Amino acid sequence: MELRFNEAERAFRQEVREFIARELPEETRQRMLAGKSPTKQMVVDWQRKLNAKGWAVPEWPREWGGPDWTLAMRYIFREELQMAPAPQPLAFNTNMCGPVIAEFGTEEQKKRFLPRMANLDDWWCQGFSEPGAGSDLAGLKTRAVKQGDHYVVNGQKTWTTLAQHADWIFLLVRTDPTAKKQEGISFLLCDMKTPGITVRPIITIEGGHEVNEVFFDDVKVPVENLVGEENRGWDCAKFLLGNERFGQARVGASRERIRRLKAIASTESMDGGRPLMEDPDFARKVTEIEVELKALEMTVMRVIATESKRKDKKPDPATSVLKIKGTEIQQMCSELLMKAAGPYAWVDGDPEAEGSNDIDVAPDWAFGLAGVYFNWRKQSIYGGSNEIQRNIMAKAFLGL
Amino acid sequence: MDFDLTEEQRLLQDSVARLLADKYGFEQRKAYMKSAEGWSREVWAQYAELGLLGLPFAEDEGGFGGGHVETMLVAEQLGKAIALEPWIPTVVIGGGFLRHGASAELRAELVPQIAAGDLMLAFAHTERQSRYDLHDVAATAKKDGSGWVLNGRKGMVIHGDSAGKLVVTARTAGGQRDAKGIGVFLVDAAGPGVTRRGYRTVDGQRAAEVELTDARAEAVLGNPEDGLPLVDQVVDETIVALAAEAVGCMQVAHDMTIDYMKTRKQFDRPIASFQALQHRAADMLVQLEQARSMSYYAAMGVEERDPVERRKNMASVKAQIGRSARFVGQQSIQLHGGIAMTMEYACGHYFKRLTVNDAMFGDADHWVRFLANNGGLVQAA
Repeated sequence: MELRFNEAERAFRQEVREFIARELPEETRQRMLAGKSPTKQMVVDWQRKLNAKGWAVPEWPREWGGPDWTLAMRYIFREELQMAPAPQPLAFNTNMCGPVIAEFGTEEQKKRFLPRMANLDDWWCQGFSEPGAGSDLAGLKTRAVKQGDHYVVNGQKTWTTLAQHADWIFLLVRTDPTAKKQEGISFLLCDMKTPGITVRPIITIEGGHEVNEVFFDDVKVPVENLVGEENRGWDCAKFLLGNERFGQARVGASRERIRRLKAIASTESMDGGRPLMEDPDFARKVTEIEVELKALEMTVMRVIATESKRKDKKPDPATSVLKIKGTEIQQMCSELLMKAAGPYAWVDGDPEAEGSNDIDVAPDWAFGLAGVYFNWRKQSIYGGSNEIQRNIMAKAFLGL
Repeated sequence: MDFDLTEEQRLLQDSVARLLADKYGFEQRKAYMKSAEGWSREVWAQYAELGLLGLPFAEDEGGFGGGHVETMLVAEQLGKAIALEPWIPTVVIGGGFLRHGASAELRAELVPQIAAGDLMLAFAHTERQSRYDLHDVAATAKKDGSGWVLNGRKGMVIHGDSAGKLVVTARTAGGQRDAKGIGVFLVDAAGPGVTRRGYRTVDGQRAAEVELTDARAEAVLGNPEDGLPLVDQVVDETIVALAAEAVGCMQVAHDMTIDYMKTRKQFDRPIASFQALQHRAADMLVQLEQARSMSYYAAMGVEERDPVERRKNMASVKAQIGRSARFVGQQSIQLHGGIAMTMEYACGHYFKRLTVNDAMFGDADHWVRFLANNGGLVQAA
């Protein structure tokens, strides 16, 4: 039993940390420190830097540019990005669609899509959820009918994150409406410039534009953009979802938030003339989160250690623990940060604004913290809601 | 990063599990509890045979040479059986004081007796007023010639009634709550000036109130002027065992609950088919896994050289284990329903041990407060 990272892994962490410190634009870091999403340009620039270094696609096979890292190294890499904080390689490209194409795609598809994906020459988005297919994803209704050398797609996707930036979308569509739910689904790649596609923004409660509705009206997708076999798209979907093994724990991101919270509450946020951190009730809430985060970190280590030895690619139900706890901790961090801001959390800033404090009423550190709190309620809903995670656990672990 | 056990560790774990499967059925345990001492001499002798009683001592001193991982493995199995024997007081606590505070001569004399199962130890530390504060010591030790004479009262001395020797904390200098001036002494439990009143605790263990009236110490353990660091070290190592014991208890309470949910029928279907109960069971599993992670972390974190950081590590362990134990314990009762409220059903006994385990050397609230007062775990940016 060796519960520590080895010397090579610690050296790797140092290398990643130094690379980020040297290469990450300060403007990007500051924006993310303030709890805002990086702009499209920031994400693109950063991913190209990572790609030049050979680090943009940690999950991909070596022949398509993957660095051949162990799970522990991938974890360290992500943790360092989260703590910086720096943008992650765009998940739609690198974690979701890329690995699916590398696993199920034709040589032609790999050559055509993977290098551009890695370099973020194409921004991809995910067309899975529909108004009637949320937690019950296999209930999706968007139809694709083969006509000659095209599929004709009709239907609606929703919660499509950053579709407003996207050049391409990967889609789950129903190709056989007579088959059992999971057996009539196919995985298609679709150029967002194809006629018949309409993107409509959904503004979330904090005012941000992250997600969209995407409408398909007789959209023609060439048959060569089918990934894997027709009606076997559910295999791709399961593979994609199973790839997300420990990412949702986001231990590094929570540690970064707690570091910031404690800095603010120790110096800038006053309560009765004393730093808020000296209030025993507040300090206690922070400490409880720190303890839970430490336990989560060790749980992630356990998952990495067991996953490293597994040969099959089936999703590990232990990831449900990581998702549930990881999101609960992140949500609590966002809540405590908002509380630290007191009344100045109420300023309704524009989450899309370029600057960090466009209204200049609240202190810089306090600006927009309520928005982050509101926005982060999404975490226990997306990626398989925390209730779905409990269903998965009940079935997989408990045999209930 | 590797959570696999070595071949030797696996053998150790399996042999303890086998012994307990054979000797610690629910009815057997009940019989041990009813016996005069409240635990089984026969099982104790078998612990000795397996090497469990010499586990942490060096091999050249008659021990097994086990480390914290071995302690964790054994304690988890004992937790699964809610074993009643004085293993933690004798081997982990008493053994810890001997390993870190006794002279080589004293260890040479005592370790073989402990390893053979002939000598039990108990930690006489808690006092009526001290609650969980390790530095709150009113009992006194006065120099008398070349030795020490002890006076005072100690309470809730776990397994104090069957111990052959007591490890006693007493003040050699300073005020009742001073960190400095605490000594640690070995006292013959049956010697003159020592009176003991034994009783049972709610979780089936034994404890004693101990009164010291001019009792002479047989030996000093560590520095009599400044013994608190030694106490801290041993308590931190004990937390490795307590955490693992709790994980063992939680595992069984959880497993029993799941099994019961599958067999118990209401409204013509197994109660396992109800989603509200499934989700609660999933939450129990989340808590159990978080606790197990922290039990592993305990075995690693106790090796930290800086005593302040080490104490923080162990505080975080106690905090998480205590929270998890409370949730898993309470919900195992709730999901069973009435049956788990009965003395005749094992689940409640796990709940009771978990409840006491949480409070030993400070409950989760105590350690969260400690961490909050000491800057927490994460450095401010």
